[in-house]
Amino acid sequence: MKRRHFIQQTSAGTALITLGGLSLSSFTTASEIKKITILHTNDVHSHIDPFGPEDGRNANKGGVARRASLIESIRKENPNTLLLDAGDIFQGTPYFNYYGGELEFKLMSMLKYDAATIGNHDFDNGIDGLFTQLPHATFEFISANYDFSNTIMDSHVKPYKTFNKNGIKIGVFGLGIELEGLVDPLLRKETKYLDPIEIAQDMTRILKTNEKCDLIICLSHLGYNYKNETTKISDLKLAEATKDIDLIIGGHTHTFLKKPTIVKNKDGNNILVNQVGCYGINLGKIDFYFDSAKNKVANGTSIIV
Amino acid sequence: MVCANVTKLHSKLFDLYMRFTQFIFLLNIFIFFSCKPHNLHPYKIEGQQITINDSLKTNTEIDNFIKPYRDHVVKDLDSILAYSAHTYSKSEGDFNTAIGNFMADAVYDQAYPVFKARTGKDIDMVILNHGGIRSIISKGNITTRTAFELMPFENTLVVVALKGTQIDSLISYLCKTKKAHPISKLKLSMDKDFNVIDASIKDKKIDDSKTYYVTTNDYLYNGGDNMTFFKPNDSVYDLNYKIRNVLIDYFKKVDTISPVIDDRFIQIKK
Repeated sequence: MKRRHFIQQTSAGTALITLGGLSLSSFTTASEIKKITILHTNDVHSHIDPFGPEDGRNANKGGVARRASLIESIRKENPNTLLLDAGDIFQGTPYFNYYGGELEFKLMSMLKYDAATIGNHDFDNGIDGLFTQLPHATFEFISANYDFSNTIMDSHVKPYKTFNKNGIKIGVFGLGIELEGLVDPLLRKETKYLDPIEIAQDMTRILKTNEKCDLIICLSHLGYNYKNETTKISDLKLAEATKDIDLIIGGHTHTFLKKPTIVKNKDGNNILVNQVGCYGINLGKIDFYFDSAKNKVANGTSIIV
Repeated sequence: MVCANVTKLHSKLFDLYMRFTQFIFLLNIFIFFSCKPHNLHPYKIEGQQITINDSLKTNTEIDNFIKPYRDHVVKDLDSILAYSAHTYSKSEGDFNTAIGNFMADAVYDQAYPVFKARTGKDIDMVILNHGGIRSIISKGNITTRTAFELMPFENTLVVVALKGTQIDSLISYLCKTKKAHPISKLKLSMDKDFNVIDASIKDKKIDDSKTYYVTTNDYLYNGGDNMTFFKPNDSVYDLNYKIRNVLIDYFKKVDTISPVIDDRFIQIKK
């Protein structure tokens, strides 16, 4: 069992979590440090062009062409990078009304997104509208708790996907929000929503035990937290109720966080929950460092956010 | 010669290096298989958020790819559909506004034939909400952009079958909120204490036992702006007609709009 201690460095405005336990390294073989970078967006809502200089809150922010150059430079620094989106790609500017999401998918493909999950607004042109745009996406859609088997999307959405980056196996699974009351039945058709916690438990078991992933990421469109709806599932609740997830990348609530949130999971381990607002204003970047030698006895992780 | 020697030396070193890495590789495999399969754990995690702003370079390949789409959208949004005689704002008018009257009447005109064709029934009245008017209409050319600004949301029209008694609840809502919620075909006057003096639909007194077909949008139907009087109801019809498209279609149909504040919802102070 891993023990992770938490030290808050308020003066620096950052949090540092450091490892507990002793480093009883019995192997002295040359160790290689491996760095995996996870980049993420959520709720971009068809915001392709940057906000204009006259926009009150978001003046001169966002823009896909700028995001592209940022991602390019990060990839140059670390080729072992994954780029993920947590849903609600569609709806928000006339680009969506005119092209139905074609441009959004084409651009995400050019930016080499690795995977995206499905948000409620991605149903806005109906499940058929989403299906129509799939040929424009070179990345995959992952959702574990939407059962599409009675819909046109059947077999086009996978519950999870694994990636191998420099010998590190990364498993990413997707979770979507309850559609009832949010997405018109005419649009979602026979899409079934399954319980996110149960599905997350299945997914982590498969990814940890069967797929032997070193890193497990949940790509969620459940929403960060619902203060007034205490029973409603959210990323914070999911983090507490599950184990073996390392990072939850969220969406839906358009939550701007100062820094990723550290949450204790069911096993008492610290995990990260992050969300980067909306409209492509921010890019989230989480770096995971692995050390083959240290790992053999690793019983702690330092989290710097 | 020197070059050749160096190359030789390099290739020898490389050979040695390859053997060494192969050894490490084999060692790793050995360790991997000799121990029980082991998931690696990160020893350090760093998280940060990077704001996309104008300090970042614009990727020209991406920008050039967007350009034809952008040009088309901009050209279409700026295409002229109609002309506005004046500038209209939702803040001009007490209980009815010119811009609100325009919107409610446009909804009636566009929705009426659709509903008639589908059900054989007549729409009796329209109610929208004051907050749903999202911008002004400026004097001069009306473009597709005007429709997007007036109605940026995707709300669609629904027709709700309400009994006359429920129309009474709708009317008391209007009197209580004292707001210029856009209405069409309903006529309403209040006294100085906001009590109903007179109410009619299509110039006829409201009949408690009659069923009225009221057009509104899906947001209000579902209780938006506290309009709770739509439920329960006899039946509801989704027209699958977005309000924005109603406006675009209406603008295309007419040459000039010149709505006025009228007597459809007034207060008589004596």
